[in-house]
Amino acid sequence: MEFKVKPIPSSSQPITYEADLCIGCNRCVQVCQCDVLFPGEKTPIVMYPGECYYCGACVMVCPVKGAIKLTHPLMNQARFIPIDDDHQS
Amino acid sequence: MSTYQWPYPNELNTIEHVSCDVLVLGGGLSGCFAAIAARKQGLDVAIVEKGAIEKSGSAGTGFDHWESACTNPCSKVTPEEIAYAYIDEQSHFSNGIFHYITCREGYDRLLDIERMGGKIRDTEDDFQGARFRDEDTKLMFAYDYQNRFTLRVWGTTFKPALYRELKRLGVKIYEHVEATALLKENKHGAGAIGMQIHTGKLYVFQAKATVLAMSRPARVWLFNADQPGLCEFRPFQSIGSGHAMGWRSGLELTMMEKSVRAEFSAAGRSFPPYGTGNNHNTWYAATMVDARGVEIPYVDRDGNELTDYYARYYPSQGQKFFLKGGVIDEPKYAYRGPETLPFDELIKRGYQLPFYADLSRMPELERKVIWGMMVGQEAKTNIPIYHYYQTRGFDPTQHRLQSYGNGWQSASFLDQERQFFGAPGGLMHDWDLKTNIDGIYACGDALFGSDCAGSACATGHYAGRKAASYAKTVLMPGLSSEAIDKEKQRLYAPLEHENGLNWKELNMAISKAMQNYCGASKCDALLLEGKRLLKEYEKIIVPQLSCVNPHELMRTHEVLDILTVSQLVIEACLARRTSVKALNFERTDVHSDAPQQHIVISQQDGMIHTREVDLDYYGDLKENYEKHNADDRGESNGI
Repeated sequence: MEFKVKPIPSSSQPITYEADLCIGCNRCVQVCQCDVLFPGEKTPIVMYPGECYYCGACVMVCPVKGAIKLTHPLMNQARFIPIDDDHQS
Repeated sequence: MSTYQWPYPNELNTIEHVSCDVLVLGGGLSGCFAAIAARKQGLDVAIVEKGAIEKSGSAGTGFDHWESACTNPCSKVTPEEIAYAYIDEQSHFSNGIFHYITCREGYDRLLDIERMGGKIRDTEDDFQGARFRDEDTKLMFAYDYQNRFTLRVWGTTFKPALYRELKRLGVKIYEHVEATALLKENKHGAGAIGMQIHTGKLYVFQAKATVLAMSRPARVWLFNADQPGLCEFRPFQSIGSGHAMGWRSGLELTMMEKSVRAEFSAAGRSFPPYGTGNNHNTWYAATMVDARGVEIPYVDRDGNELTDYYARYYPSQGQKFFLKGGVIDEPKYAYRGPETLPFDELIKRGYQLPFYADLSRMPELERKVIWGMMVGQEAKTNIPIYHYYQTRGFDPTQHRLQSYGNGWQSASFLDQERQFFGAPGGLMHDWDLKTNIDGIYACGDALFGSDCAGSACATGHYAGRKAASYAKTVLMPGLSSEAIDKEKQRLYAPLEHENGLNWKELNMAISKAMQNYCGASKCDALLLEGKRLLKEYEKIIVPQLSCVNPHELMRTHEVLDILTVSQLVIEACLARRTSVKALNFERTDVHSDAPQQHIVISQQDGMIHTREVDLDYYGDLKENYEKHNADDRGESNGI
């Protein structure tokens, strides 16, 4: 049989590539323990975005700073607020 | 959505035979140490890992605490004190052997990691003068500053160091290979079968001894088809295949009836791990404030408010030490440490939601060790929390980070949403970490009552050297081609159907079934109905599963294992006849105050076997440890 593969969409986009920075070395593809990423022509393909568990290994091994960005789903972006000095009682 | 050409070779129906003395299944911390320990005895060792060892496993991208390092030079507690404290805290539904090995040998494993290039002390003097730092050794401690047995470590450096060491020692490494089945010959372990997740190639590993170093089960009650990667706390692909293949092969397990109300699922109610304001685990002992900015008081175990900031790191008057960490939730009085006032009490006293962590009010080094060292080294925090939050503009001296729910899990789950947390069930074993089948050993999360990263390393090393000693005494076992053919058929079956059911549909159905029939309150009628439903899934739905490539085939195999584990959990629940609080096990149909024991469960050809085992079956910890380790006590001696 011939294997087929196509990106399986998810409501979130955990990993994005900066095409101008990515050198296509596929270190991220090799290290992703969930096998989310597949080698592509220019940048890797995020084939199974829903299967990302947001560990950050892909960013940690990337040789080019800023080539990969990991973003939490919108619903998981914890809130932080400026400290209001008046309230420090 | 365009379809791509499959980028890897098609190696379906190719079988590669590998033989070795010791085979290790799972390349997390525990598996790496098992392989290293066995290899150090001069044996031929192979390790199998579904991901890439450099970053795989629960601590693949880091961890920040090393618990129970009782033999470190600054410790003021003995291994016996802490191991027995854990047993007592867990009301003896506890793995005494596991805890004692951790307490006794854990620090030696840290020294091993340091020799391999991992960072375990503040060599750059970033925290010079901090109360949690020992100026001579530069070791840094967490929680109990008096007794100093939990270390703060730079866990992001550990897996890469272990990976380098495996390569340096010449361990045979099989990455992107899922282990799927154990092999037996004449009732002895004979190796395992695996599949390459990119090519579909099968591996037959023939081994004199096998070490199971795979994770605890997951995705049994919790699943989310849109974001399956976030539905559990541990790595998405760590779903307890060791438990499943062990059950299929007749290995004994215990405490599998234990589950707790879910504590973590970022696909649902939770937020990214360690990414909300709280004062637990990595974030202990952060200063918390309410919506008005009013500080939330810490109290000692008697409820006395602690006015001195540093009192939150010291035992109460008359208390020698306190316990905090991965499996310590609401500790008994004897081990209870300082804590913020209970949530309900805070609400009663008029504290207003939402609460926040406000690190700006803490001493500088205490703030920096949380935001910058601990957050940054703990699993899944370096990029997703520490760097990402800073990109979003978070500055701990300028901002408060919101807390959700009422604890570290940042959520409140329903009773039927359950999880294997807080020292869950696993494989039964003896003082050699050997299972009931000769030649098969287990370590880390594969064992019942497992705990933290330090335990994973300590038991991994221990199982590895015991497996190696055994392997030296036996000949290479033969292999049954019948068992290999049967497994091959099982593994490839979903590729043979077109347009069948997807793995996600079955996972969703299993988790809903488990919530319905094996939730918080159990009774025979409900459990038996659940058992029937899962059997229907096995008979009718499993043959309809289909997929189009090896990646999705791996996911399908995982769900088959999840189905097996779910069936095992129901059997374990049926076998436990009365409620047991320590197991979070509640029955509505049978009540008894009779003394409880471990129920050890296994299956053979579909027949369930159970036996009762004394909770303290391990005997005197120190005496038995020394008896079983007369020649080698796992001292760090220059790995």
